[in-house]
Formats: sequence, structure tokens, C-alpha cells
Amino acid sequence: MSKDFGIYGGQYVPESLMTVLKVLEKEYESYCSSEEFKKDFDYYMKQYVGRPSVLYYAERLTEVLGGAKIYLKREDLNHTGAHKINNAIAQALLARHMGKTKVIAETGAGQHGVATATVAALFGMDCEVYMGTEDIERQKLNVFRMELLGARVVPVSTGTGTLKDATNEAIRTWVARAEDTFYIIGSAVGPHPYPTMVRDFQRIIGDETRKQILEAEGRLPQRVYACVGGGSNSIGMFYPFLEDKDVELIGVEAAGLGIETGKHACAFAGGKPGVLHGMKSNILQDNECVIKTAYSISAGLDYPGVGPEHAYLHDIGRVKYTSITDDESIEAFKALCKYEGIMPAIESSHALAQAMKEAPEMDKDDIIVVNLSGRGDKDVNTVAKYLGKEI
Amino acid sequence: MNRIDKKFQELKEQGKKALITYISAGDPSIEKSEEFIYALEEGGADIIELGIPFSDPLADGPVIQEAGLRSISAGFSFEKLRVLVERVRKNSQIPLVVMVYYSSIICYGAEKFVKLLADIDVDGVIIPDLPYEEYDDVKPYIDKTDLYMIPLVAVTSGDRVEMLVKEAKGFVYCVSSLGVTGRSSSFDDRVDGFMAEVKKHTDTPVCIGFGISKKEDCDRFNKIGDGCIVGSALIRVINQSGGDAEAVKEFAESLALAK
Repeated sequence: MSKDFGIYGGQYVPESLMTVLKVLEKEYESYCSSEEFKKDFDYYMKQYVGRPSVLYYAERLTEVLGGAKIYLKREDLNHTGAHKINNAIAQALLARHMGKTKVIAETGAGQHGVATATVAALFGMDCEVYMGTEDIERQKLNVFRMELLGARVVPVSTGTGTLKDATNEAIRTWVARAEDTFYIIGSAVGPHPYPTMVRDFQRIIGDETRKQILEAEGRLPQRVYACVGGGSNSIGMFYPFLEDKDVELIGVEAAGLGIETGKHACAFAGGKPGVLHGMKSNILQDNECVIKTAYSISAGLDYPGVGPEHAYLHDIGRVKYTSITDDESIEAFKALCKYEGIMPAIESSHALAQAMKEAPEMDKDDIIVVNLSGRGDKDVNTVAKYLGKEI
Repeated sequence: MNRIDKKFQELKEQGKKALITYISAGDPSIEKSEEFIYALEEGGADIIELGIPFSDPLADGPVIQEAGLRSISAGFSFEKLRVLVERVRKNSQIPLVVMVYYSSIICYGAEKFVKLLADIDVDGVIIPDLPYEEYDDVKPYIDKTDLYMIPLVAVTSGDRVEMLVKEAKGFVYCVSSLGVTGRSSSFDDRVDGFMAEVKKHTDTPVCIGFGISKKEDCDRFNKIGDGCIVGSALIRVINQSGGDAEAVKEFAESLALAK
């Protein structure tokens, strides 16, 4: 199995972790291609997550915009409210197969932490979630949700006290405890084999979408949109379409307050090659090679790097990467509430905003698909604050 | 002859073990780092490890991470590293080993970075997050110079040990315990067997680091290895003394008493 995506990817970790990663790679290759895994994964996807998630034709939004037909892949309808659960269940199955009794995870906004706490409860595993002290303060509700699900939330105050540091701390803990502990990474990032593994566990999104659009329309879409933080929902959506050369794939990063302000999370607009969390990829860095703190209103996109496969797809031009500001994402959030009665996650609203920009310019016969990676209930407080309303 | 080889040869002739001390370059300032190097040498340190500060040091615990962040806040740059080493070299020939995370090398440019180290006359480089499988990214440049690339070997390396140490120059850096620097209160009980295994595969001196904080630790590991590496404990001393070079010297002296 290749550990690289072009010049990106790899395993840039301390020697203490190398044997652990090699064992993980081997177990992943043998177990996750087995019938046993496929059967178990399918079972939980159907019976527990509620898959397949629907591909919904957003007729009113389409009419209002007056251009391409807009379909929404409804990952927001999954159990726990986002695509994160697909990967968490698959990694927990692998952990169980490897005889691990404990799982650890990192989380920023808390969505992946909640997904991991959920699967730990489901499989009767001990669970610790590493979370920056800043994020704990901002996401109290999710901290409590994780605790209700039986997980311990471990505060991380080193560095900037955010997702970046929580991930460092989770990796460091894993180095010391790998014997009985499995590290469930939430995005398509980290040292090999994680980016490949997470992609393979999330490609169910794109596989279903491809089949569903062929059933509904008898042809593939012109364009597919997904938001990109670390890039797990987007790589899961894009991967099955990579060989369909006529399908344009558009990854949407968070432009925060605007690229020019420096307060953003666009690894492609402001980043350069570097190493973070064991992978070589495009990373936001200052002139002295120090990794910068990302900013976005959306905690799920607030990451200074990007998955290595995205960096590769960017370089070869297969996926087009663009960005959407805080303001634009909130407009899209409000529009979907208003016209479709669907409240999207602010992360997903970035993909939607880009689609809403482009749809009016397209033909009425054209089809576009937007990955609605999660639901927006968790963001209500953030949106209220943005709009200056007290709730 | 590389200063590291020369140092180990001298130590061998005197029947002594090496004391290797780590400081974070530029914490709290480049001027202070220069003072600390002289103080450490006077106190009995044999080799100085100079850490390049990095925001996300995966192999290090909070003490070294915070030291790095202080150095970054104080405006650390590679240009300042050049100034520091050039000044030191006017007054001291102590072997200097730069410890640097791979991200900084990519960002600066691998070829350019190796050239900088060679130009300013340091003796070795440790890249804690560049495992053997990724050596090709940097090692070809290093091999064109007199710099030594110091390999890290871990308790969990298992059958990788031979591959990791077969071309080792200078010394082999054995990681005493699982986890990160500055945290171990007890050492992994596999460590003795592990050191013996490493020594079986190489004639290069074998030194041990991670969690070594006092003379007793050095006494213990000097019995099975060729020297000890102390980092976080020294940085605590620097911090608690408000950057007092005399305290730094005294701490080195206390460690140098180890046999």
C-alpha cells in the first residue's frame, strides 16, 4: 500500500510510533478487505447509522436560483448528525478486531468526539477525547454530550489550546499507550495509513451518491461540491468520481474573514508544504516556518492543514479548490433554512454557498450535487451570536 | 575529524561517559543561549543539543514545547541560529548537535538547511520526526557534508534496530521510554534488554534520553550505555532560576558526577 500521494502524505512521526503504524497498516489491509468486516460495516451503516442517506432534490432552492438542478446528499440525517459516524464505526470495528479495549480521539468542535464517544458506548470500549481548553469553553454542550455517552474529555492547554494541539496530545498519548489503545482520527489527516483509511471508510458517501444520481437522472452530475477542513467528507464524496473525468469536483475551504485578512483556514490559498500531525501536506505557516492558527466561524473547518490526498488532487488539477467567507456561509445557511426547511452545519454551508454562487450561471439541464455533511443544530448558538441575537 | 567522534574518543580514554545537554535555542534569548552553552561546558557537559523551536513538536512534552514557544515569541529565526553558533564557535569547540523538526526543514528548504548547518560548523543533526523510511528527503544532502545524522531508536523498534543503527555515525540516540520528553517518572522495564540489543548491532556510542532528570538516572544508564541526554530537567532549571547561568552550570556539575 502506498504511503504517499505524490509528494504528500508519508509517516513523519517519532520512531516510537513506527512499529505501531506498521502493525496498524497490516491489520487494516487484511481485516478491512475481509468479508467479515464488510458484513459488520454494512450492518451498522444500515441498522445503526440509518444508511443509505438520501440524495434529495432541492426543488425550491433550484427554482429560486434559476439554474442547475441542485441535489443534496443528506449526511446530516445520519445518527449523531454528520458523516463522522461512518469513519468512527469502521475504526472502532478495526480496534475491536485488533483486541484494543480503549479508544482515544481528538476533537475541535466536538462532532468527532461525540461520534467516537458514541461508538465506544456501542462497542463497550473505554473512551478518552482530547480537546483544547479554548474549544471546551466554546463547545460546552458537546463536552456534556460526550460525558453523557461515558467518555472522559481531557483538556489540552498546550500551545494554542485548540484542535491542532488536541491532535498533538492525542498522538503523544497514543505513543505511550498503543499496546491497549486505538487512536480514532476523525479526518483524512495524520500519518499513513490514516488518510487512506479514513477515505476508504468515508467513500460510502460518494459510492451511494453516484448510484443514487444515476437512478434519479440516468446520468452523472456536472459538478459535485464538498467542504474541506481536514477533508474527510470531501474525499469520501470525491473519491468514487475521480475517474469520471466529466464530473467537476469542487472543494470549498473556509475563507473566514477573508484571505487578505490572514484570518482564514485556506491551506491552498495561504499554505505551503510542511509537516503537521505526522503528514506532509499544505500547511499554513509564517515566515519562520511556525504553524499558524487557522480561523473560521466553522469549528470543523478551522484547521491549518489539509489531508495529503487533497494536496495531491489540487496539484494535479483533478479537484478545484476554492473558498467561502464566514458571511457567505451564513447567508447559505439561512437560505437553506428558508427555502428547504433544512438547517445545515456551518461547515456544509460553505459547500452550499459555493454551489449557490455557481448554479445560476449554469444550464437548467445541468445537475449539481452538494454534500450536506452535517446538520446545523449544533451551530444555532454560533449563528445567533453572529446575527447579534441573544437566545 | 568530527568533534563528536573526537569527544567520544577522549571520554573512552578517560574511562568516562558522555553528558549531553539540550537547550532550546533562543529561550529566552540568543544571548542567554550563548551563556548557557559556556556554563554547561564549564559544568561538565560534553555535547550540546540545540533545539530549533517548533510550534507542534510531536516528540516533546510540555516543558520543551513551552520553551520553543518562548523562543518563537522572542523572535527566533534561522538567521539568529547562525549568529548564535558563529559566536559560540569563536569561544568553544564543544560538539553541537541541532535538533529540528522536519517541517522546519521543508519550509526552509532541505538543501539550503543542510548547507546552513555545515557553514556554521555544527557537528550533527537530529530530526525526531523523520523516520528511516523518509530519510531520502534529507540524508543525501547530509551525506555530502561532514555533518552526522544521529538516528533515534525506540524500545518499540524491535526488528528495526539493525536497520536504524547500521550506518549510525556520532552516536545512537536511544529513547528510554514510550511517550515524549520530560515525562517519565519510571523507565520502561524493557530498557536494559533494549540497550543491549542496540549495542549488539553497532560500535557507535549509544546514549539514552527522554525522562533523564538527575544524577541517579545517569548513574543507572551509564552502566549500560555510553552517555545520557538531559533536556526538560535542564529547561526547568533555566526557567526556575530566571535564566541564571550559574544555576545552569551547577546543574550540569551535579549530572557530571555520574559515573
